[in-house]
Amino acid sequence: MPEQLVYAMEVFLNGLMAGVLYALVALGFVLIYKASGIFNYAQGVMALFAALTLVGVMEGQVPFSHLINAIFGTDIHHFGWHLPAIVGIVVTILVMIGLAWMVQKFVFKHLVGQEPIILFMATIGLAYFLEGVGDIMWGSDIKKLDVGLPQGINTWIDESTFKVFDYGFFIDNLDIFATLIAAILVIGLVIFSQYSKQGRAMRAVADDHQAALSVGINLNFIWVMVWSLAGFVALVAGIMWGTKSGVQFSLSLIALKALPVLMLGGFTSIPGAIVGGLIIGVGEKLFEFAIGPMVGGATENWFAYVLALIFLVFRPQGLFGEKIIERV
Amino acid sequence: MNDMSTEGYTTEDGRKIGGTLMEMKNITLSFGGVKAITDISFDIKEGEIRAIIGPNGAGKSSMLNVISGFYIPQEGEVWYKGEKRAQMKPYEVARLGIARTFQNIALFDGMSVLDNVMTGRLNHMTTGLFAQGLWKGKAEREEVENRERAEKIIDFLEIQAIRKTPVARLPYGLKKRVELARALAAEPSLLLLDEPMAGMNVEEKEDMSRFILDVNDEFGTTIALIEHDMGVVMDLSDRVVVMDYGKKIGDGTPDEVRNNQDVIDAYLGVSHD
Repeated sequence: MPEQLVYAMEVFLNGLMAGVLYALVALGFVLIYKASGIFNYAQGVMALFAALTLVGVMEGQVPFSHLINAIFGTDIHHFGWHLPAIVGIVVTILVMIGLAWMVQKFVFKHLVGQEPIILFMATIGLAYFLEGVGDIMWGSDIKKLDVGLPQGINTWIDESTFKVFDYGFFIDNLDIFATLIAAILVIGLVIFSQYSKQGRAMRAVADDHQAALSVGINLNFIWVMVWSLAGFVALVAGIMWGTKSGVQFSLSLIALKALPVLMLGGFTSIPGAIVGGLIIGVGEKLFEFAIGPMVGGATENWFAYVLALIFLVFRPQGLFGEKIIERV
Repeated sequence: MNDMSTEGYTTEDGRKIGGTLMEMKNITLSFGGVKAITDISFDIKEGEIRAIIGPNGAGKSSMLNVISGFYIPQEGEVWYKGEKRAQMKPYEVARLGIARTFQNIALFDGMSVLDNVMTGRLNHMTTGLFAQGLWKGKAEREEVENRERAEKIIDFLEIQAIRKTPVARLPYGLKKRVELARALAAEPSLLLLDEPMAGMNVEEKEDMSRFILDVNDEFGTTIALIEHDMGVVMDLSDRVVVMDYGKKIGDGTPDEVRNNQDVIDAYLGVSHD
């Protein structure tokens, strides 16, 4: 087999793995958009906030310690414990549910029936608010997140590809793990939304508020549930990205990478978010590999957006989005 | 026939009507300075078909919205099954067994007919989130059982052929029928129909009338309906409330109402001098 093709295969596989991480973020967008028509700009910040909280809880950091110390003249920073990852994750999930409840109670409950652009602006406000709260609560330094996920080169793949191609593929264990988690998450979410009572109620609320009320659906409950789910997905994405590149404030920018994914997959499709993520991941890695050297590299910065633009022209509803049918 | 008694009565066609299911007492509703309903009282008895009629803007829909909890009246009491109903949200009212349809059709456009009807059964599903997640035993039995009930109603309303069709693609008349199916799926004690024949052609109106009578006959469902079309209402209903400018101007059997001078004036117009 020609050397170039073997390299391309490795790039392809790595692209798939990167795509999974994009898809994880996109998934949170789709959930909220499907159920409430809100494009949640804060999804990336929610991932950051979840990761910050997780690290803080595990490391026994005192929340708002700078603020407390400044006001009361104390000097506390740590509770002095180190909690196992599972405890940290459970506590963080509870915090994200609390956050979902507050977001609904204090913001979106008062904006029911408003124009989409107003809801969108509200989520921008929410994003900056949350970023600020995350900063005051846990500090702005880059933190290391280690919940015990496998990391580093997968030696089995390295060795077996070496036997076949005389060249070992470098695949990160963390990426393989992320792929597994994403697969489980997507299957779970699809089953939930298609077959469970709450899932059916969620789809009903997305379609028509009045009708949903008339069959006995509590809109507030459904919205809190959806924001909680999005918070949970944000936590999973936060763990993956945080483990990979440290928990830092630039994490919230991955939200922007999720946008082209949504354009491709469609804003309303859960499987679409995954396929869109994979296409973007593979596409940008292969493009960089094949064309990058000719144009001076750094194509990964713009490739996804240009691909999304082309898609918008030919298929505005995305690959899996609901067809726009209009009765005339 | 004595309207004020809480006892039942027997209709002309020999159906037995039970005691009072719902009673509206001195309801007043206003929006800002505009009074939509002024001091209206009437009752709905178990098993009857009760109509609320009146010209445009008489406050009929407002009354229906008060019953179903979408509007909260400033004054008056709503009594249901012998108890005074506390102020409730629409979804809580629905959970009491009061189902409704809408004048402008409110269906879940993205879902199939079957899924729409299944949402009507949400309140009959009790299995928790966790058990559903496991998709075993109780949750599965419940889903199958509810599915059977939904299919029964679909058969009853003769919409089997379109059960998998997304409702957005259906013509108007069929959408109205799907909405009725969804309301019926909840197995309501009281079914509220907001202008079930609005915008229909003669044939569709006849179909809808037949279904309303069949539902009442087959399931014994108490039905309160709002209608514009006098002819349809008189044929369908056991007792009629007539509203005009937010006030009650008549209440009784179709015959009594038809001969009521105030009602004739409201419908035909009368010179006020």
